[in-house]
Amino acid sequence: MTQPDNFGFEEEAVLLKDSARKFFADNFATDRLHAMVAADFEPERMSECNWDKELWQQLVELGWTAVAVPESAGGLGMPLAAVAGLVEELGRAAFPCPLLATLNTVYVLAAIGADAETALAEIAEGRTASLAVINRDGAWDAALTEVVCNAGALSGTAWFVQDARKVDRLLVAARDGTQVALYWVPIDAPGVTVQPDAIVDLTRDQAHIVFDNVTAEPVCLDGLTALQQAMPAVWTLLAADITGAAEWQLQTTVDYANARQQFEHSLGFFQAVKHPLVDVMIHIDQSKSLVYNAACAFDSEPDEAPRFAHMAKASASDLAAFASGRAVQFHGGIGFTWECFLHLYFKRQTHSQMLWGDGPWHRARMADIVLGEVA
Amino acid sequence: MSESARQDTPEQVEFREQCRAWLAANKPGEPGVRLPLSPLEIMTQEQLDYLQTWQKAAYDAGMIGCDYPVTVGGGGRSDCQRIANEEMKGARTPFLPNVIGLGMAAPTVFYHAQDALKERLLPRLFSGEDIWCQGFSEPGAGSDLASVQTFAERKGDKWLINGHKVWTSLAHFAEWMILLLRTDRSHKYDGLSYFVVPIRSALDSGVTVRPLIKMTGETGFNEVIFEDLEVDDSYRLDELGKGWQVAMTTLLHERGAGDLKTPSAGGMKSKTTHSTTTSSLIELARNTKRNGRPALEDPLLRDQIMQLVIREAGLGINQRRARVAGLQDHPSRLLLQNKLLASEIAQDIGALALEIAGASASLYLGDSNAPAGGQWPLSYMNSYGMTIAAGTSEVQRNILGERVLGLAKSK
Repeated sequence: MTQPDNFGFEEEAVLLKDSARKFFADNFATDRLHAMVAADFEPERMSECNWDKELWQQLVELGWTAVAVPESAGGLGMPLAAVAGLVEELGRAAFPCPLLATLNTVYVLAAIGADAETALAEIAEGRTASLAVINRDGAWDAALTEVVCNAGALSGTAWFVQDARKVDRLLVAARDGTQVALYWVPIDAPGVTVQPDAIVDLTRDQAHIVFDNVTAEPVCLDGLTALQQAMPAVWTLLAADITGAAEWQLQTTVDYANARQQFEHSLGFFQAVKHPLVDVMIHIDQSKSLVYNAACAFDSEPDEAPRFAHMAKASASDLAAFASGRAVQFHGGIGFTWECFLHLYFKRQTHSQMLWGDGPWHRARMADIVLGEVA
Repeated sequence: MSESARQDTPEQVEFREQCRAWLAANKPGEPGVRLPLSPLEIMTQEQLDYLQTWQKAAYDAGMIGCDYPVTVGGGGRSDCQRIANEEMKGARTPFLPNVIGLGMAAPTVFYHAQDALKERLLPRLFSGEDIWCQGFSEPGAGSDLASVQTFAERKGDKWLINGHKVWTSLAHFAEWMILLLRTDRSHKYDGLSYFVVPIRSALDSGVTVRPLIKMTGETGFNEVIFEDLEVDDSYRLDELGKGWQVAMTTLLHERGAGDLKTPSAGGMKSKTTHSTTTSSLIELARNTKRNGRPALEDPLLRDQIMQLVIREAGLGINQRRARVAGLQDHPSRLLLQNKLLASEIAQDIGALALEIAGASASLYLGDSNAPAGGQWPLSYMNSYGMTIAAGTSEVQRNILGERVLGLAKSK
């Protein structure tokens, strides 16, 4: 199979991306974000979960949670390149919401197939969900899940569950004998306890979730295969979020470098500032190109999808650190303060950098594909 | 990477098939000589003969100058050069020797010369029969190009040229030169004019070409000295004092951001060629031993190789994304990165290759035990030519920062 030259980024994808950008620009300026999530600066504070549920509801009504749901389950079935465009704008706005967590879950459910139609239909109707598949070590491998299923009941803890306090459902990976199965569990099911993590990132929430004898039916017995198939989409979308956030960091820093005067010149006049900003732009463009290539491969060249998605997330993870560092550094003292909005993106990017594998993690796996595994 | 399926127009579909069929039947055989890494290092007449024969054949087959009008020797096609380039690279042909002509002189002549001059110069440029060189840089005018001092003094219908150009690749084989010079000393930018100059025919009458030896020991570029060279006014491009604007056409195309796609070929694999790509790097790591095991198994090297594979892929995909209108933030943002990225990635591939080769990286072209015949230290050193020529990486970053990001102009 070959990739379409335009990455499958058709007219409807352009419309979706442009309308998402406009929606966030019109409704959710960064000062609102700051007022919402950064009212309290106490570093040892209890973790909060402030978000605009009304705006989220508008977003649901626009159909954005259903973009990736297959048409057979009542969704829009758009290509991953189109969904990546939407998530890029989500990253640019750093809008706190369970969109990314829900989209990730959709790709795993879609990989399951017919048995997951009911779950997918719930999402198409506006329900939200997150993946509960990671262990305490943060090994990005559901085979190591700490949750077990005994006689139809789940016990144990799932870690690093994204936007857990915003979602309605969990897709839980639990070991049942020799295999890892997936379970569709309401967040308020008896025996489910959400334990919020106090995290650096103020624009998302995260939790570990304790399962104590939670009765559940599996939606998929061979969960690892479904997860393996969906992971390239998960990595690609998080990489898209990072490129969008990095665009915000770049533009904000360029604006500051044009406005701020020192030594009778704007900061951007000085090549010690100008050249690294160009390097941030170049890195954004590399990551963005790799994102759309990976998205396109996911739809049209599934055999190549893991390699391309590793490339996208490895590049984007490094970008997250680089763009954040340069943005704060070039703002000087003000960039180091709580009142400046930069820290919101710095923290979101730090979270995104590590989530679902950082640069070295992805490059190691990519090397096994490109060079062969070392015996 | 898989070949992407273009949404080819019917014309492109037919043309692609035509190129493919011709290349299958007519791709040149092994050269009898060691070919250099790029056209800019062509040293001997034997190398040039082989490459000129290939360019002429490719031109006669319609794969060079495809998008130029038929009246100037072009193919009269629409957006087909890209197709020809893809097919020539896919067939792993030799590169085209007349690079300065194809990439810089042709679009400049096409946009700024009188019709008669275009019709006379371009067919022999496309065919490679006339090699071209570029007279821009001077000892005192490098990154600050507009400070050139080579001067043309008016003598009726003629001009008398005096001055000194440097880093002039291919001048020792060139018939023609594109020449940026000064016709007015009182204005920096508006005092510049632009000529095409026949230099080969004037080698005994006003033009001296002397080789400059590169750090690699290779020749390939030259200094060119003009002493009272008489040139006809009909060889002037555009108006007097418009030299800087004409030069911008040249530089825009040189940076890959012009609207006329440069014909290019390459990818030939043989004992006598070498490519500075990650696939060559991986081959080197596979064949180099470290502690008795292939270097390819070293986790740190694997990470570094993957970083380069990712950057190399990103550069290639940038070209593709540049064609998707909905995924662009600025019309020239991606195109203006090409030269900077290509040269820096090649440099970093070369640097890593030397580390992988380890002790053997010390072995150079004359050593029969050298990995890849000593081409790795050669290509690494030559990479500095690429990060310096055609606007240094520092100048490229200024251009990107100022034109794309809108930062204040640096001095």
